[in-house]
Amino acid sequence: MSEQIIKRTKLEIAKSPEGLEGPGFFATKLEDVIGLARANSLWPLPFATSCCGIEFMATMASHYDLARFGMERLSFSPRQADLLMVMGTIAKKMGPTLRQVYEQMAEPRWVLSMGACASSGGIFDTYSVLQGIDRIIPVDVYIPGCPPRPEQVIEGILKIQELAKNESLRRRNSPEYQHLMTSYGME
Amino acid sequence: MTKEELLDTVNAKLHEHFHGSIESAELLYDYPVFTVNKEKIHEVLKFLKEDADLNFHFLTDLTGMQTADEKHLGAIYHLHNMQKNYRIRVKSFFPMSNPEIPTATDLWPSANWMERETFDFYGIKFMGHPNLKRILNVDEMDIFPLRKEYPLEDQTRQDKSDKMFGR
Amino acid sequence: METKHKKNRIRGDFPHEGVGTTPPANTIEKEYSTLNLGPTHPATHGIFQNVLKMDGEIIHDAVSTIGYIHRAFEKIAERRPYAQITTLTDRMNYCSSPINNLGWHMTVEKLIKAEIPKRADYMRVIIMELSRISDHIICNTIIGQDTGATTGFLYLFQWREKIYDIFEDICGARLTTNIGRIGGFDRDFPAHTWDKIRNFLKEYPKALVEFSNLLERNKIFMDRTIKCGPISAERALEYSFTGPNLRAAGVDYDVRVMNPYSSYQDFDFIVPVGTAGDTYDRFMVRQEEMWQSLKIIDQALKNMPDGATHANIPDFFLPPKEEVYNNMEALIYHFKIVMGETDVPKGEVYHCVEGGNGELGFYLISDGGRTPFRLHFRRPCFIYYQAYPEMIKGGMLSDAILTMSSMNVIAGELDA
Repeated sequence: MSEQIIKRTKLEIAKSPEGLEGPGFFATKLEDVIGLARANSLWPLPFATSCCGIEFMATMASHYDLARFGMERLSFSPRQADLLMVMGTIAKKMGPTLRQVYEQMAEPRWVLSMGACASSGGIFDTYSVLQGIDRIIPVDVYIPGCPPRPEQVIEGILKIQELAKNESLRRRNSPEYQHLMTSYGME
Repeated sequence: MTKEELLDTVNAKLHEHFHGSIESAELLYDYPVFTVNKEKIHEVLKFLKEDADLNFHFLTDLTGMQTADEKHLGAIYHLHNMQKNYRIRVKSFFPMSNPEIPTATDLWPSANWMERETFDFYGIKFMGHPNLKRILNVDEMDIFPLRKEYPLEDQTRQDKSDKMFGR
Repeated sequence: METKHKKNRIRGDFPHEGVGTTPPANTIEKEYSTLNLGPTHPATHGIFQNVLKMDGEIIHDAVSTIGYIHRAFEKIAERRPYAQITTLTDRMNYCSSPINNLGWHMTVEKLIKAEIPKRADYMRVIIMELSRISDHIICNTIIGQDTGATTGFLYLFQWREKIYDIFEDICGARLTTNIGRIGGFDRDFPAHTWDKIRNFLKEYPKALVEFSNLLERNKIFMDRTIKCGPISAERALEYSFTGPNLRAAGVDYDVRVMNPYSSYQDFDFIVPVGTAGDTYDRFMVRQEEMWQSLKIIDQALKNMPDGATHANIPDFFLPPKEEVYNNMEALIYHFKIVMGETDVPKGEVYHCVEGGNGELGFYLISDGGRTPFRLHFRRPCFIYYQAYPEMIKGGMLSDAILTMSSMNVIAGELDA
């Protein structure tokens, strides 16, 4: 009866949140469960404008499959999206559109700025390019690169997932967050 | 025919019909280049398009430039005859104080957006254009950015120091 | 390809303005609705706006707005030394950046009258044809995806990763390659890269055949794409179409054949031509061009000449590092090239290459300084996109989406 059970799979069981376990029940914080659910089922809005969009397409394709991380369903409507991925150069002409898209998203929402152009204007230090989208919308994660490799994009997504998992339920109502929003002129 | 023969043929034909308006004709790196007076540019282009031998039916490119002395603007047309593979360039200059030139949209519909782009960048007004407004820049812009007097960078940015970037 | 299917009947016979039928009496007066196919739209691949005047599903008129990604390439180019402009050209048609890069290098070489050795020419041909294949993969699989066939996209994108692998071996980057140098290549391709290219030639045809079997003679796809967004050859020439869009309309104009560059005259390939200029023809022309590109790469590999991989132009081409450390002259050349202080002859030159979308032209005016005086890019997308409102007039909204994706409009090249 004391035979060793040899595990032949390399599967790792995902870590469950901390909680009280017993026969038939598992008690944990609501925050942890919601964070877990949110992080692993983000609905991204790919706001692809230029070259980074092609690298995103390569990341979504079968080689670097992004759907493994829960991003199977891309939402093109901001009202149904959680994560705004801004990929590519944002020109000043496009700025108001980006802002409108961001304002239409419902809380909780995260913003991922992919590529050098979206983070800071990139190599285009010109009169027509917005030098970084954080001039008009608050950004959570920046992925530098021109264009970033798919592995870097996946790392950025994982960081967003960390943020989503560990976010407090009250964060969006907190005074610091309200201050952030008013500093961008929203609400 | 060789490029020199093409230059001579086109030059001869143009002089036959528009003597006095052809300011120069030279061969630059394998392109015959003709500089034409602004008054006759439309007739010259029409002739080049409709002449049976020359038949430059395809407008490859239409763009603008500013001369080195920063006092003149120019419109540059690249024409192509695909059947015989003739390519030429036609230029026309005019002073910056009065940057007007007749449009080529009645000859080639593709000149429409190319002229809008040239207007957007240099402020060259194409007379007779159906819809001459900005195409690439924001509509409210009031300067013509590709002119040498305007800087490349956005002057309101605070985070990039010109000292560090050697400007 | 007339069928008795009901769908065709609705499409062909729906009475709308411009098809000489008088509406019967007691009809409600028709009002047009305006639909904004706005800059952010899932189906438009790139950001450009179309405001459509619709009569139900039929499009009556359209107005295009572009410029949402205008990055002022031409103004930037006036400030950058010649070697740095290559990085700008990358980002124009970013689906096939090596073609843009090599086109720019050839323009500068034309200006300085440099002679490029045959081996460098053949290596350039291989790179350009690989990037043409990768551009056409994107366009055709996206046409498939827009008609509802996502499988092609997932199958063929795997092969783009193999092309990216090859590019990464040669220049270090996948997408924005900045490949080669003015004068050729700095070194020969590594041995394993030649193997990768040969392997690609062997394995990719199988995947392309699979993709062809999915879509080319598929009844649903053909019904969807035939007669969708047509343009006649005369109209296409008037709108200065070039590239696969023009060839689909029936005109066999290919810059590689008409004005050969980089030793293309040594290669034997067919230029595929369509008849109707509709979406199906554009799809098929691009499919066939991929096969022809494979043929060209095969010929290049078989006939690869030996020799130097770059021209002897010490003013523009970085000398080998051993010489830089030991030889004063080489050190000075290295310094001048890296700092961008090399002077070029005065003059103006126009050079065009066959890009993924058509004749990509570079009009360079040099005044002898370290940066160009004027650089203009003749971007094929910008020029043929003007015809889009005309192509979709009278068709349905979903056909408009399909026409746009079959024209392969790339926003970076549109706005530059």
